[in-house]
Amino acid sequence: MDNKCDKCGKPAPIHVFDIIQGQKIEKHYCNQCAVSEGVAFHYHMTLSQILEEFVLQGGEQTGALDPVCDVCGMRFSEFRQQSLLGCPHDYDAFAEAMLPLLERAQGGATQHVGKVPHRAGGDQKKHTALLRLRAELKNAIVAEDYEKAAMLRDQIKELDNT
Amino acid sequence: MTYPFLGDPAQYVGEWLCGTGPMVDVAVSSRVRLARNLAGIPFLSRCSVGQKRELETRLRREIAACPIAEKVFYIDISTSAEVDRRLLVERHLISREHAEAEHPRGVAVSADETVAIMVNEEDHLRIQVLRSGLQLIETAQRIQQVDDALEDRLDFVFHSRYGYLTACPTNVGTGLRVSVMLHLPALKMTGEIEKAFRAARDLQLAVRGLYGEGTEATGDFFQVSNQTTLGKKEEDIIEEFRQQIVPRFVDYERRARDGLLKRQNTALEDKIFRSLALLRSTRMIGSDETMYLLSLVRLGVSIEKIKDVDLRTVNELFLLTQPAHLQRMLKREMDPQTRSAARAEYLRRRLGASSS
Ligand SMILES: [Zn+2]
Ligand SMILES: [Zn+2]
Repeated sequence: MDNKCDKCGKPAPIHVFDIIQGQKIEKHYCNQCAVSEGVAFHYHMTLSQILEEFVLQGGEQTGALDPVCDVCGMRFSEFRQQSLLGCPHDYDAFAEAMLPLLERAQGGATQHVGKVPHRAGGDQKKHTALLRLRAELKNAIVAEDYEKAAMLRDQIKELDNT
Repeated sequence: MTYPFLGDPAQYVGEWLCGTGPMVDVAVSSRVRLARNLAGIPFLSRCSVGQKRELETRLRREIAACPIAEKVFYIDISTSAEVDRRLLVERHLISREHAEAEHPRGVAVSADETVAIMVNEEDHLRIQVLRSGLQLIETAQRIQQVDDALEDRLDFVFHSRYGYLTACPTNVGTGLRVSVMLHLPALKMTGEIEKAFRAARDLQLAVRGLYGEGTEATGDFFQVSNQTTLGKKEEDIIEEFRQQIVPRFVDYERRARDGLLKRQNTALEDKIFRSLALLRSTRMIGSDETMYLLSLVRLGVSIEKIKDVDLRTVNELFLLTQPAHLQRMLKREMDPQTRSAARAEYLRRRLGASSS
């Protein structure tokens, strides 16, 4: 997005136009200014904005702590940068650091109350084992260790079919 | 199997454009989407290209084996032409991000375009159901059917506390996002829109002043959606939208329309018929101006000022005059100038040009 906000110069994802006496007038706004100008209201706050706000409010008690997921290798700091998690295990690996963020993003809720899959959860241990094997496989391929990769692939196949 | 509209997009348009359904004068369409991920497989940010390709192949196969709809087409986005990807965005079947990504990915679409399942978007699966007007019960039931059918064959990752796990924690829990597209031209004209949205803020809603998901912006279309996905049951989220949120906006807008009709009837008629006349006689027109004028025509049809054009035609024109649709219908690539002329010609043809 190369447009800049007419009000404050930040990147502007929101564009509106008016046609006044046959002249088209285009306006660009960032999320905040779109709200203050009455163009958009209460936009989806992105996780990165929540993260930013969270730091500004001094809510980061974890300090230098930067938990890492031992399954996929994702660091909490990396998650903060891209707002996307690496694997399902991250929800537990980052539990302490993430809970206040989740609460903030989810209007205070921290417990699911809706639909449960009819084959609920399946075999948790198996799924975590599969996640680990898949992470190892990815590393083996990066390291061009094709022998190991082939072995891991067989293991995944075997476990996946049980 | 190729998807029918890729050949002739004007021949087939999605059900959501049909212009029927409750409160369709204001509530243009209802959309529900679910975010789902497979257990035992990392989220996409941690998948290698090879793993993404494997995942895409597997999901494509599993979706094909699921009784989701009578006819389901699968479109491989990574090998699709740019104009086809834009066509899918314009039809609200894939997100702009999905169109522009570079990894193995696709979308499965039911023949009537009510169901679309994006494969390898931000989550492994993004299921969407889209219908005309305010049809949230039907939309929600349909998406649960699709979800159940997929669940018979796939293990979705589920957490006892956080529910369905998603790549971004803002979607965790139900993974459910309800969006209703509202046409609010009268509130815009009377300057009351701000007041209406202040109420939305208190209800924890996200409102975007956009046509669809960032396709084209016009000041009169707004998308209202739920902000949170955790801590509420699916039915409760849907019911709140159906019984409170949407009717409230519809009521505001209808009252603003009544007010204009009572107090500024001539000025309103002038705006509406001037727009229609322009669309019927223009020789060159850009897509933004088209949207702007069509919005006023849509209002004219909704309040029964314009009687020789129906809502379906107006809805279709919003879609078919967008750049990718125009190029595909006329079967050639065009520079913006030629496109403006082609758009004008098409509008004149569909709206019944005034003589000459
Ligand atoms: Zn700004
Ligand atoms: Zn992880």
